[in-house]
Amino acid sequence: MIVASLAFYLFSFMAVIGALNVIFQRNPVHSVLWLIFTFFNAAALFVLLGAEFVAMILVVVYVGAVAVLFLFVVMMLDINVVVIREGFLKYLPVGATIAVILLAELAIVAGGWTFADRANVLRVVRTTSEVSNTEALGRVLYTDYAYLFQASGLVLLVAMIGAIVLTMRRRPGVRKQKISDQVNRSSKDTVVVVQVEPGKGLS
Amino acid sequence: MSGLDTLAPAYPEIFMSISALVLLMLGVFRSKDSTVLLTWLTVAVMAGAAFLAVTGIDEARTFHNLFVTNAFTIFAKVMMLVGAGLTLLLISDWAVGEKVARFELPIIVLFAVIGMMLMISANDLISLYVGLELQSLSLYVLAAFHRDNIRATEAGVKYFVLGALASGLLLYGSSLVYGYAGTTTFESIATAIENGPNTTGIIVGIVFVISGLAFKVSAVPFHMWTPDVYEGAPTPITAFFSIAPKIAGLCLFMRVLAGPFEPLIEQWQQVIILISILSMIWGSVAAIAQKNVKRLMAYSSIGHVGYALIGLVVGNEEGARGLLFYLLIYLVMNVGTFAVILSMRVKGKYLEDISDLSGLAKTRPGMAMALAILMFSMAGIPPMAGFLGKFYIFVAAVNAGFYSLAIVGLLASVIGAYYYLRLIKIMYFDAPGAAFDAPSLTTGIIMAGSSVLMIVLFVVPAPLVNGAQAAARALFLG
Repeated sequence: MIVASLAFYLFSFMAVIGALNVIFQRNPVHSVLWLIFTFFNAAALFVLLGAEFVAMILVVVYVGAVAVLFLFVVMMLDINVVVIREGFLKYLPVGATIAVILLAELAIVAGGWTFADRANVLRVVRTTSEVSNTEALGRVLYTDYAYLFQASGLVLLVAMIGAIVLTMRRRPGVRKQKISDQVNRSSKDTVVVVQVEPGKGLS
Repeated sequence: MSGLDTLAPAYPEIFMSISALVLLMLGVFRSKDSTVLLTWLTVAVMAGAAFLAVTGIDEARTFHNLFVTNAFTIFAKVMMLVGAGLTLLLISDWAVGEKVARFELPIIVLFAVIGMMLMISANDLISLYVGLELQSLSLYVLAAFHRDNIRATEAGVKYFVLGALASGLLLYGSSLVYGYAGTTTFESIATAIENGPNTTGIIVGIVFVISGLAFKVSAVPFHMWTPDVYEGAPTPITAFFSIAPKIAGLCLFMRVLAGPFEPLIEQWQQVIILISILSMIWGSVAAIAQKNVKRLMAYSSIGHVGYALIGLVVGNEEGARGLLFYLLIYLVMNVGTFAVILSMRVKGKYLEDISDLSGLAKTRPGMAMALAILMFSMAGIPPMAGFLGKFYIFVAAVNAGFYSLAIVGLLASVIGAYYYLRLIKIMYFDAPGAAFDAPSLTTGIIMAGSSVLMIVLFVVPAPLVNGAQAAARALFLG
């Protein structure tokens, strides 16, 4: 048990350090690398909770796809952090006030929290205890929640169409590789053998 | 339950989703530009979905209680489909000869409408959110559709950032509600709230959910995006924005507050009263200074949402009936007004300033007449149907004892009347400018039809009021 709690404190401490570094780095590329570090620690925390599927999803999706995408965006956009931070001091008082108010509200909410009578009973999705987490999730996701699964598919489709609509341009005159043309080309169409007499050149 | 029983209540949505995929393929593989063809096909799909909804199952829950259909959702869906279909006709008209239009436009509109159908039928916080996101994501793309125009892209980005924030608020609220109740299904939340000790946590959760939804229907103080987005988006898209999402959003709002959160009515009533009063007043006051017709319509729609929210505050059958009837009238008025705005063309160039309307009565008397009728109706002056819409709302408020709300509403509509009537003054008494091009057949029919309907509905409102009544009853049965 002591190992588990030690591991918990280690990973959560590292996650907090990583998160702080994400905001305080001057170089946005470093920020993204710290973000990846934070994701790994969060994944480790999920493993400690016994949610290995969520942990793996976090690594595969967030580290493998989202963070790498961020990295590309950051590198391509060449963001100047100093310019972005210009208004920081100006907006600090307003932002800080709102943050403090929200924090106080959260404290009030958390302090007086009660659960509804049967909340703990309702929260549990019944599955047989024999199966692994992943299998249990799959059984619920593709049966009870098939509707949400399909609807989310539509959401992703719209996102894809939207990205294409807003960015793809059909420019005329762009040369593209046409493999069939290349293969069908024969030497007769393109190569001409010319006898050149010495000293005269081609006219 | 066999497979078909599970699917049957959702036939309209399933039909629309499959059609959307087929139409998408058609657009991609057809070599010619198919915007106009696809727009008409999309209208046909919506008509088919409306038919399926009307003839389908009256009362059912399916998909593990995530989806519900009853008289209320069917009424709301058909109303929303009619609004979306009519605006699509305007889009098809505009798409001819506009370089901006591409075949994806009707497809994305169709996906947005599917999202709204899912929203209206949501019976669970998760399905509510998925439907809402499907709708919002499509709307963000539509707002920025005119991608080479700096105002349109700005509108799209603004809408996207603020919309994402609102979705975040909604999700945060939902998570608090789930944390409290231990379930996301509407009925179980209602039971949990009824039985359990209710503390700050659940109330804060509800307030967050309300904030998220208020953003989606652009009620003050969550309205900031509206004027910019309405101005930046292509005009027929603005027409679409101001009608279908408003109807879907308000019906969803009604279902959420009268369903899972009904036991806490005293708590949320105060919030909605405040939002409603602010929307009515700000919608009227801020509109006065506007010079752009589309911005004016944005503020006008903010004001109308304020009136419609009174029906929500009342929180009984009469209020729901008032809300539905108000939305119906609002739909017809807005379609007609946007048909006129889309006809503000001189030599093929679209105009958007209010001053361009000057002297319209001399150059195009028919159009001026139609707009005058619509504006009288917007202002709520009898004998136009807009008066009845406000009347049913105010009656519901007075019967439930919300006198102050009714009085504020009346005052706001007097202020609002100023800028609606100013348009009429500009059209009839100012010196005429350049004559507009003749409106196309569809636009002309929509314009004339909606203004005639304004008078017809005033004389015989009974069928629609009865329909709204039946729908409202279904909402409060369960």
